[in-house]
Amino acid sequence: MLNDWLYVGIFALVSMFLPAAAISIAALLSPRKPNSVKNATYECGMETVGPAWVQMKVQYYVFALVFLVFDVEAVLLFPWAVAYKQLPLYAVVEAILFILILLGGLLYAWRKGALEWR
Amino acid sequence: MSGLQVVFLIVAVVTLFSGVMVVASRKMMHSALWLIMTLLGVAILFATLQAGFFAIVQVLVYIGAISILIIFTLMLTRRVMDEETTQVIKGWWLPALMAVILFGLLAGLLATWEDFQGMLNELPADVENLAAFGTALVNPAGYVIPFEVASILLLAALVGAIYIAMERKEKAE
Repeated sequence: MLNDWLYVGIFALVSMFLPAAAISIAALLSPRKPNSVKNATYECGMETVGPAWVQMKVQYYVFALVFLVFDVEAVLLFPWAVAYKQLPLYAVVEAILFILILLGGLLYAWRKGALEWR
Repeated sequence: MSGLQVVFLIVAVVTLFSGVMVVASRKMMHSALWLIMTLLGVAILFATLQAGFFAIVQVLVYIGAISILIIFTLMLTRRVMDEETTQVIKGWWLPALMAVILFGLLAGLLATWEDFQGMLNELPADVENLAAFGTALVNPAGYVIPFEVASILLLAALVGAIYIAMERKEKAE
């Protein structure tokens, strides 16, 4: 079992090493002749307009929060789904109750207009 | 020293260092990124304890959702923490002393536990664990009440946070 995780670990190390190697080799080999135009801040090739730290829309927060709640729901339902075939009927009903309670939250978010991008 | 212990030591050092950097770095966005590193370290610890499901959950929920939520929350703030102000509060030694005492007590308590020196037990394959967990979660003699209460807790969190977020938006308009 742990050996399976070793593969994941090796994979993670390699995936960290490759971009690090690309960046550090570029930093070592590239010639450096800075001037003020080269060092200027830019975004997507254009000159920046206004400060970078603007207040983002609250929708990002609401979307992330709704995602978080249903992510946790999925995590709690996953073991139940794995054991599904061994479960009696009432256990399935319990999980449906669990989903229905959270469906109320989804309906609330929907009614409040939290799911709309404004 | 076995390979597992080496992995544990490296991961523990990286996790603790990242945890310190979360509170020590002056830019809040850097703190959030260090927090992701800390959570990743905890995920690796779960994996070394053969709790594969919790390692995945740690990455999926804590890194994939909670860290993103924290970063979005940071993006909502107009004025990020002042970079000049001092980060250490007055009378810092008192909480530090309490933390050291608490750590000493917990370490002392754990040292008396007989399995403290023991080796890890080999667990059966992960799928069986997970099925047992799922069965216990909806078993009336097991954890069905916490399971359903978790649903209500999530509902309350969702409704409360949407109420706060939408209320503020209506005021802003």
